[in-house]
Amino acid sequence: MSCIQTIQDYGLRAIGIGERLLPREDFTLCEQFTLIGSGMIWNVYFGLTALVTGFFFATALALGKASPRKGLRTPSEWFIFIFRGSPLFIQFFFAYFVFLSMKSQFPIFNGLTSAWAGAVIVLFCNTSAYSAEIFYGALQSIPKGDVEAADAYGLSGWARFKRVIWPTMMRLAWPAYTNEAIFLFHATTLVYISSFPAWQQRGDALYYASYFADKTFNPFIPYPILAGYFVLLTLVVISIFGIINRRLNRHLPGEQRQKLRLRPNLIR
Amino acid sequence: MFQFCADPEQLEGLTWLSCYLTTGKHLNLYWSVVTVLILLAITAPTALLFGFGGASAARSRIAPLRWIGKTYIAVVRGIPDIAFFLFFVIALDQGIEYLRHKVLCPDWDQPIRQGNDFIVCQAAKMPLGNSSQWVHEAYGFAIAVLTFAIVFGAFAANVLFGAMRAVPRAQLETAEAYGMSPRQIFRRVLVPQMWVYALPGLGNLWMVLVKATPLLFLLGVEDIVYWARELGGSKTPRFTDYPHGDWRMWYFLALLVFYLALTAISERFITRAMGRLTHGQATTGGEAQRKLG
Repeated sequence: MSCIQTIQDYGLRAIGIGERLLPREDFTLCEQFTLIGSGMIWNVYFGLTALVTGFFFATALALGKASPRKGLRTPSEWFIFIFRGSPLFIQFFFAYFVFLSMKSQFPIFNGLTSAWAGAVIVLFCNTSAYSAEIFYGALQSIPKGDVEAADAYGLSGWARFKRVIWPTMMRLAWPAYTNEAIFLFHATTLVYISSFPAWQQRGDALYYASYFADKTFNPFIPYPILAGYFVLLTLVVISIFGIINRRLNRHLPGEQRQKLRLRPNLIR
Repeated sequence: MFQFCADPEQLEGLTWLSCYLTTGKHLNLYWSVVTVLILLAITAPTALLFGFGGASAARSRIAPLRWIGKTYIAVVRGIPDIAFFLFFVIALDQGIEYLRHKVLCPDWDQPIRQGNDFIVCQAAKMPLGNSSQWVHEAYGFAIAVLTFAIVFGAFAANVLFGAMRAVPRAQLETAEAYGMSPRQIFRRVLVPQMWVYALPGLGNLWMVLVKATPLLFLLGVEDIVYWARELGGSKTPRFTDYPHGDWRMWYFLALLVFYLALTAISERFITRAMGRLTHGQATTGGEAQRKLG
């Protein structure tokens, strides 16, 4: 079987299109590359959905934490503390079993125990809490002069937020937020381990990588392939966020522009 | 555990709970919590040591040493840690067995990789096939500690490398002016002063390390996640004296609270340590302390 044939068969296997049966023996390098790459579709889906929805919630949480009103501040602070103070791994397990017991009582929640919904909810809450902390920090370090200038121009309320505070907050938070985004994509690998089941072997990248590692007893091929895919994904994220960063900083002289500085991202 | 636990079917409410929570398996769960704390207590200093070695190597004046240090810092980045953990444990295990095989069984003529199997001679098995259960467990734990130490050591090395560069140049130049040798400068000036710059990063790292401990589960150690899943699952009266439904949710809630408490306590300690380390330093924090006191 040629490699193009393999790509046609297994390229979209992770979302259920193509050959049903996974290869069972004589694993070629091409099969491993194709299937693990096909699993990356799920990782990108988890990361992208959580990142986009989490972005808006994080902004709300950051504003809530900075709010002078106690009724808004306390819940935001607690939300951030709970999701930043505990391991994502435990959050995954806890959420899975909560969804499981909800499902047994009300059938409406049936979808929540599958990875495409349940895992995304956990990742969404987690990235919201971490991003909110980043945005809150940026909100605290907006130069006083900027806000005073906005006041002097007679901007207030929503207009001041939209035109001055929010863009500045984004600009200041962006380098840290880039690291958060990279981390989020790395964290999608946890979905496989956190007992959210893969339906009909439509798993994510780590699912297929460990499938091959189990079958061949040789971790030295599938895991480096997985790592390679993630390095590629990281590079894509960096370049996209870099473009946005350049746009956010376009009004500043070259010297003052904030560069994206990558910091190590770890398990949380 | 208690006298009144002899017949669990007669018990109700709190007494039932107190008996239920002290069964042998629950003691295993508590023991695994202690394991996590032991792991933290061993890994943190080891990783710091690795980090210190890596950082010192990365700023060494000997080129090959510097390359090793920089590579060590660079390699662990950019790869999801989970993949790293899964890969590393098997790689370490097979690597050790392979080396022992080469040394102990030189006259072995069959290939080690026979298709899908990894076969070494009996004498090279780690731990030996006939050793007792606790040796196997201790070996697994040691591999886990080593994996954690290597991965976190790289991140600590990165933090310490930055901290060493953050120590004001003037301080080192003053030491040079006093005629100290490079080694003396390193020991007496650089190392004592770098901690205040390193602490925010190291504190962060500690938090991450605390939150990474559930990954022991991946390394095959029977840890808290294992026991929470095991004990929480529904139990029928046929197999246990304490039947209950699916309680895994509550067990994981307890774990969540345990970790939240751990991070909250650590946060308090780090704040206090930062206060102490800032004392008398040439930083804004130190200056503020001086004016206050």
